[in-house]
Amino acid sequence: MKKYSAFAVAREALRDHLGWERAWSSPEPQKKYDVIIIGAGGHGLATAYYLGKNYGITNVAILEKGWLGGGNTGRNTTIIRSNYLQDPSAAIYEKARSLYENLSQDLNYNIMFSPRGVMMLAQTQHEIRGYERTAHANALQGVSTEFISPQKVKKLCPIINIDGPRYPVLGALWQPRGGTARHDAVAWGYARACSDMGMHIIQQCEVTGVNTIDGKVVGVETTKGAIACKKIGIVVAGHSGVLADMAGFRLPIESVALQALVSEPIKPCMDVVVMANTVHGYMSQSDKGEMVIGGGADGYNNYSQRGSFHHVEETVRALVETFPIISRLKMLRWWGGIVDMTGDRSPIISKTPVKNIFINCGWGTGGFKAIPGSGWAMAELIATGEPGPLAEDFRVTRFREGQFIDESVAAGVAH
Amino acid sequence: MLIFECPYCGVLADETDLAAGGEAHLKRFGPGSSDDEFEAYLFNRENPKGVHFERWRHINGCGKWFNAARCTVTMEVFGTYPAQTLEPPTEITNNISIKRPGWKWKEFS
Amino acid sequence: MSRRFSNKGRLIQADKPIKFHFNGVQFTGYQGDTLASALLANGKLLLGRSFKYHRPRGVVSSGPEEPNFLVNLGKDHFFEPNQRGTMTNIFEGLTATSQNHFPALEFDFGEINSWLARFLPAGFYYKMFIHPRPFWKYIYEPLIRMSAGLGQAPKEKDGSTYEHFHAFYDVVVVGGGIAGLQTALVAGRSGIKVLLIEQLASWGGRAQIDEDEIDDAPVNSWVNKVLEELASMPNVSLRTRMTGVGVYDHGYFLGYEQLNDHKANKDGPRHRLWKIRSKLIVCCTGAIERPVSFAGNDIPGVLLASAVRDYAINFGVSIGQKTVVITNNDDAYKTAIFLKESGLEVPVILDAREHGGGEAAARARAIGIRVENGKVISRVIGRKRVLGVNVCLSSGEGETTERIGCDAVAMSGGWSPVVHLWSHCGGKLEWNDESSMFCPDKSRPPTNENGEGFMETAGAASGNTQLNEIVKEATELGLSIGRKFGGKQIRSNVPKVKPHLENPVEPFWLTPRKAKRKLRNKTFLDFQNDVKISDVELAAREGFESVEHLKRYTTLGMATDQGKLSNINGLAVLANALDSPISKVGTTTFRPPYTPVSMGSIAGSARDSVFQPVRMSPIHGWHVEHDAVFEPVGFWRRPYCFAKKGETTEQAVNREILQTRSSVGMLDASTLGKLIVSGPDAGKFLDLVYTNMMSNLTIGTCRYGLMCSENGFLIDDGVVARIDENTFLCHTTTGGAERIHSHMEEWLQTEWWDLQVFVQNITEQYAQIAVVGPNSRKLLNKLGGTDISKEALGFMEWTDALLGGFQTRIFRISFSGELSFEISVEASVGLDFWNALLDAGSDYGVMPYGTEALHVMRAEKGFIMIGDETDGTIIPQDLNLNWAISKKKNDFIGKRAHERIFMRNPDRWKLVGLETLDGSVLPDGSYAAGAGHNLNGQKHTIGRVTSTYFSPTLNRGIAMGLVQNGPDRVGEVIKFEKISGEIVEATIVDPVFYDKSGSKQNV
Repeated sequence: MKKYSAFAVAREALRDHLGWERAWSSPEPQKKYDVIIIGAGGHGLATAYYLGKNYGITNVAILEKGWLGGGNTGRNTTIIRSNYLQDPSAAIYEKARSLYENLSQDLNYNIMFSPRGVMMLAQTQHEIRGYERTAHANALQGVSTEFISPQKVKKLCPIINIDGPRYPVLGALWQPRGGTARHDAVAWGYARACSDMGMHIIQQCEVTGVNTIDGKVVGVETTKGAIACKKIGIVVAGHSGVLADMAGFRLPIESVALQALVSEPIKPCMDVVVMANTVHGYMSQSDKGEMVIGGGADGYNNYSQRGSFHHVEETVRALVETFPIISRLKMLRWWGGIVDMTGDRSPIISKTPVKNIFINCGWGTGGFKAIPGSGWAMAELIATGEPGPLAEDFRVTRFREGQFIDESVAAGVAH
Repeated sequence: MLIFECPYCGVLADETDLAAGGEAHLKRFGPGSSDDEFEAYLFNRENPKGVHFERWRHINGCGKWFNAARCTVTMEVFGTYPAQTLEPPTEITNNISIKRPGWKWKEFS
Repeated sequence: MSRRFSNKGRLIQADKPIKFHFNGVQFTGYQGDTLASALLANGKLLLGRSFKYHRPRGVVSSGPEEPNFLVNLGKDHFFEPNQRGTMTNIFEGLTATSQNHFPALEFDFGEINSWLARFLPAGFYYKMFIHPRPFWKYIYEPLIRMSAGLGQAPKEKDGSTYEHFHAFYDVVVVGGGIAGLQTALVAGRSGIKVLLIEQLASWGGRAQIDEDEIDDAPVNSWVNKVLEELASMPNVSLRTRMTGVGVYDHGYFLGYEQLNDHKANKDGPRHRLWKIRSKLIVCCTGAIERPVSFAGNDIPGVLLASAVRDYAINFGVSIGQKTVVITNNDDAYKTAIFLKESGLEVPVILDAREHGGGEAAARARAIGIRVENGKVISRVIGRKRVLGVNVCLSSGEGETTERIGCDAVAMSGGWSPVVHLWSHCGGKLEWNDESSMFCPDKSRPPTNENGEGFMETAGAASGNTQLNEIVKEATELGLSIGRKFGGKQIRSNVPKVKPHLENPVEPFWLTPRKAKRKLRNKTFLDFQNDVKISDVELAAREGFESVEHLKRYTTLGMATDQGKLSNINGLAVLANALDSPISKVGTTTFRPPYTPVSMGSIAGSARDSVFQPVRMSPIHGWHVEHDAVFEPVGFWRRPYCFAKKGETTEQAVNREILQTRSSVGMLDASTLGKLIVSGPDAGKFLDLVYTNMMSNLTIGTCRYGLMCSENGFLIDDGVVARIDENTFLCHTTTGGAERIHSHMEEWLQTEWWDLQVFVQNITEQYAQIAVVGPNSRKLLNKLGGTDISKEALGFMEWTDALLGGFQTRIFRISFSGELSFEISVEASVGLDFWNALLDAGSDYGVMPYGTEALHVMRAEKGFIMIGDETDGTIIPQDLNLNWAISKKKNDFIGKRAHERIFMRNPDRWKLVGLETLDGSVLPDGSYAAGAGHNLNGQKHTIGRVTSTYFSPTLNRGIAMGLVQNGPDRVGEVIKFEKISGEIVEATIVDPVFYDKSGSKQNV
C-alpha cells in the first residue's frame, strides 16, 4: 500500500494523480475463509481490522450486500463521545473514543477526528441531577467530563439561547474530548487497511443463507455462491434480525428509522457539539460549514431509510428554539438510516445459540461513536471465542437474566 | 407519514394522531413461565423485513388500540382490525397472500 | 458586457424602476427583475466565488438550480445567507452581498486555492494532514474551518413568522407549465378537488419562451385563457411561488410557499409550509438543462442556453454582445435565433453532432448564423469573463482549429427531467438511451398504503420534449384522473400544437470526446463544489465505484443546488471511467427537499412562548403574582419555591420547610395525576396493575401503591382511594398521569379486554391542595363545616365534605410526615379555595411551599420519589418496599420479571440513609467507590446518592442512597468521591431521619 502524505499528494500532483492505487481491492470470493464478517459498515470493517492487527487473523472476507460504508456509517451525525452513565457503556465508548484519537495515524487515512467538545444541555432540574450523576460516574470511569454553568455554555457556544423562555439552559454536561469525525472516511480508512492486510472486501454480495452442521456454522450462501468458513461475525445493524433468522435464532431487536438533516453551509459559528435532550435535538457544524442536525427515532418498524416528516419538524422546532439564528438557514439535505434497537437500547456483542456465529448489533442511535471500540471487542470475541471485559456485559443473555444496561436512566437518552 | 384507518372510529388517522406499539399478537407469559418463554415474550421480536403485524393506538383520536398488518419495506397496509383478538382476521391474511405470495408469519400465513 | 438591450422583457415592468444595493453599491432594476437579471442588466457578470478553489463565477442558470450566484440577503433580523440570486425578485431597498471571498469579490485571497488546484484533487484531505497528530486539532482543522461555509451565519433572531397549512385534495399538480395547466384544467373540469402549484411567480413555464402557438394563438394567450377558466372553478386552487419540496410515505406531500420574500413589506408570515394529503400527485415539474463539459465551462459568461434565452426574453437582458452557442441538441438553436433576431451577434453555433440539427438549424442558417457541425469548444479563453473560445472537432482530443472572439457562451448538453419528487418515496427511474435521460418508470411509481401508485408525471418531467406530445399526455392524464376520482364525465380536446422536426440529442459527456488531461483538469461538473472531470476519474481509479461513493468522495452533487446541474453529467463520466452503461451505474437517491427549505418554515409558528404547550394548575396565576420560581415538570410549570424579596431560593426553601413543620404550609398539588378506575372488575384490574393488593381496600380508605412495568421496574407510585364498590381513585406522580393512564389502557385493551373496567383521567378537572403541618387541622376547622377530628377522619381515610362552603374531598394522607390533609375541589373553584385557605391560615402564618420543600420534607421522612430513588432500573425490593408487594397475588405486572436471576441477586444495591460525618450535603449523584478497579480500568463502585438535601429541620445534610448490601451495613462509614477526587465520608443510617415513629402524622 502506498503511504498517504502531503508529500505523496505533491508527487502525484506532478503526474496528474495517475499513480494512485485503488483504496481497496475488489476480488472475487475464495471458496473458504477462516472468518467471514457479514456487513462492511464501520463496525464490520473495524472488526476485521482488529482481527488482523490484534490477532494476526487475515484470511478474512467481509461481505457487503451494497457498497461499503453505505449504511448507518455514512448516515449519522458523526458525534463521538463517551460520557455514558453505566460502566459497560462508558468503557466501550471511551475505548472507541481513545482509538479515534489516533485512528488517522493508525490507518494512515485522515478520518478528521475533531475533539471539539460535546455538551449535553440540562434544561430541567431532573436533567441537572442526571448529568451530575453522570459526571460523578465518569470521574470514576476515567472519562473526563464536568458539569458546567449556563455562562460557560454560552461562552463555548455563543449561538445558544440560554434564557429560554420555555426551557432556560441550567447547565450542561461537558466532555471536552468528545467531538466529531468524517464518517465516510472511517469506513474507507478501515477498508483500505483491511485490504492492505490481504483481507477480501466483497461488495454487491448478499448473504442469502447460513449453513450449519450440528449447531455449528460451516459457511454461508451468497449471491456470489457458497463460501465456507470457520467463524462468522454478523455485523449488519438494522438487518440483524434478517441474518439471525437465516441462522435460526431470534434477537431482541427492532429496526426503526432515524432521521438527520443538514443546512446549507455557512461560515463557522459553532465550535462544539450540542445535544438538547429535553427538546430532542442535537446539532454541530461540519468542517464544510453545514449545520448537522439529528433528533429522535421514529416509533415503528421500518426498513425503508425514509422516516416521517413530523419527526424532522419536531427536531427543527426544538433547535430553532435553542439556536434562534438557524431559523433563516435552509434545510439542504435530509436522510434516514435504519437503526437496530434492543430491549434496553444498549448494543449486543455476543455469542449466539449457533456455535461460532458471533453477533454485533443493537447500536441503535449510537453506533458511529463506538466503531473502533466495537470492532476491538468483537475481534477479541471472534478470535478467542470468548468475550473480553469490554464485551462481556453486552451478552445477549442479559435480557433473560434481567441485567440490563440502561442509559436512558440519566436524563440523556439520545445519542 | 403513515395513515391508517382506525377500525373503531373509522377515521383515516394520520401518524401524528397515532402512537406505535410494536409487534402484535405477543402471548403474555407471566408467573410460572420459563425464563425462555418470558425472555421471548418480553424482548425477542419478529422484526420482519416485510409483512409486520403491529399495534397502534389512536391516541389523539378515539384512544383505542388496534392492530395493523403493514409491510416494513413498502409501507403498504394490508388491513387494520381491533386489538381484542388473538390472531389476525383471515380476510387480512388472505389479502396478504394475494399480494405477497409465499409470505410467512407465525402460523397465520 | 451584459446589459439590458430591451425594455420589453416579458416579466419586467419598465415603468417601475426599483433601487437596490449589491455589495454596497446602489443599482436600479425593474419590477419583475430577479437579482440576477437586474445585476446582469447593470453589467455585473462576476457574482460569486466557488467553494473550494474560490474561482470567479457568474450566474449559470435562471432558476432554482443555480449553483454560483448565492448571496447574503437582507439585514439584521431579516438576514439570510445562501439565497439564490436567480430566484430572488428585487424590491425597493433590497440589500445583498456576495459570498465566500476575502477581502472582495473582485479580488479574493482564497483564489490561491485555484492556483494550487492540482495539489488539491478530490479527497486530498483524506491523504494529508495526518502527521503530527496534534496538528489536526490545533492547525489543520482550524485552517480548513476558516475556509468553510459560503454565506455568513445570521447574528440575530429571525424577525419573520411562519405558518403551517394542512390541506386535503384529490389531486395536487406540481408545476404550472403547459403540462401542469392542461392536466389541472382537464381534471378540474370533472369537478374533483385540485391544487395546482408553481414555484415561480408566473404561470406558463418555458413554453411561452420556447414555443410559438397553441390552438392557433400565441402561447401566453392560451395560458391566460386556461388560467381564467381554472380560476373560475371553485374546486381548483392555484398557488404561485409555491414549490413541491417533498413526497413522503402514504402520499404525504410538502409544499413550500414563499409569501413575502419578494416584498419590501415583511408583514405577515414569510413562508407557509403546506402539509397535504392527496390521492394523487402529478409531477409536471419540467426539465433542467445540462451544462456541457468543456474546459473553462465555469468562467463568468458561460451560461445554460436556456438561461441566456430566459434573460433575453423575460428580462430583455443579454449576457454578451457576441454569444457562441454550443449544443448537442436542437433546443439551443432557439437561443441563437432569438439573440440574432434581437440584433445581437451569434458568431457561431457549435453543434457537437456530426449531422447537426433539424428544422431549427435550417432556420438559424436562413437568418445568417454560422453553424458548425461536429465542432465543440476545446476551451474558453478568459478568467473573470469570457474573452473567446477555442474551437475543435467534437470527436478529437481538443486540437484548436479556430479561435473565435466572444463575450458569452450559451451551452446545452440536453435536458434532464425533474424526477426528484417522483423518486422521493421510491418511484423508479429508467435510462432512456434515445433521449439520454433518466425518465420516470411509470410502471414502478411510488406506492401508497394500498400498494397502489400515487404519482403520475406529465410533460417534460415524463421525458417528453415535444409540446404536441405533452399536451396530449396532459389531456389524457387529466381525463383519467377525473374518471378515477369520481368526477363528472367531460370532454376535453387536445390543444392543437404544430410538431417540430428535431434531430435527436446525442450525448457528449465530455467535449471533445477524447479531451486531453489538461483540458479535463479544467472541465467542471459541479460548479459550486469545484468537482472536475479529472476528480471523478480519480475517484473511479481509486475504487470509489458506486455513485454514492463518488458523491461522498468528490462531493459531486452535495452543493446547495443538490446536484441539479451536475449529477447526470457526473455519473455519465463515472460510467465512462468504469466502462459501464449509465443505466447500470444508476443515480444517487433523491431525497427531500427538492429545493432548500427554511428551518423557520419547518418549525412553523410554534416558537417562543408557544413553542410547547404550558400546562397550568388552576392556581397558577396566583403563583405568578407571588414570586414563584418555576421549574418545568413535563409540560407543567410548578413553583420550585416562593422567594421573597432579597431572599435566595435556598433561604426560601428553608423558610417554607420550617414554617410547615412548626405550624402550617400549603402546597398546590393539582398537577398530581388523578385517574378514576371504575367498573365491576376495577379491583381485580388494580390488583394486576399495582404490586399491592387493592381489591380489599375498604370504601373510605386510602392505600399507598406501587406500579411496575412488565420488566419489573418501578414506574410510578401514589395513593389509591376506594370511592365505592366499583370505583377507585388512583393518584399518580405529576409526570405520570398521561403515562399511567396509557399504561392502564394498554393492558385493558390489549391483554385483559375481558375485564369490565373504565379508566378516566380527571387530573385537570380538580385542583388539589395539601394543607400540611401541626396546625393544619386548626386551619381547616376555621373554615368549618365538617368534623375532621382524628376520630372522624383517621390517617389514610378520606371523606367528601363541605369545608367553608366548598364541596371538597379530603384525604388524610401525608408526604411530609406531618399532620396533613390533601383536599380536592373542582378546578373552577381551585383558586377561590386556595385563597380561602390562606385567609383561614393567616393566624398560623400559613404560606405556600414549592416542590423543593416538598422534596426535602419527604426525604427527611425517608419517602422515595419516583425519578430520584428510581431511574427505570430500580425494583421495589431495592427500596425495601417488599411490604408493598403482595405475596397473596398470583400475578401482577412485573411479578414474573422479579423472578429473574439478576433481580434476585442478594448483592443488589439497596436504599439507605446517609449522613456525612461533617454534616455537609453530599454532592448530588455522587458514587461511593469500592476497592480496586474492574478489568476495564474503572473504579469499583458500591453505592450512589439518589437524593441529597440540606435539612433545615435537622440543620445538617441528609441523603438517601443505594448501597450494596446497604441495610445490613448500617453504622458503617463509606467514602463518596467528588468529581475533583475529593472524598466525603458518610455513615450508613436508616433512611427515616425525622419522626421515625410516625407520631406526627398520625394525630
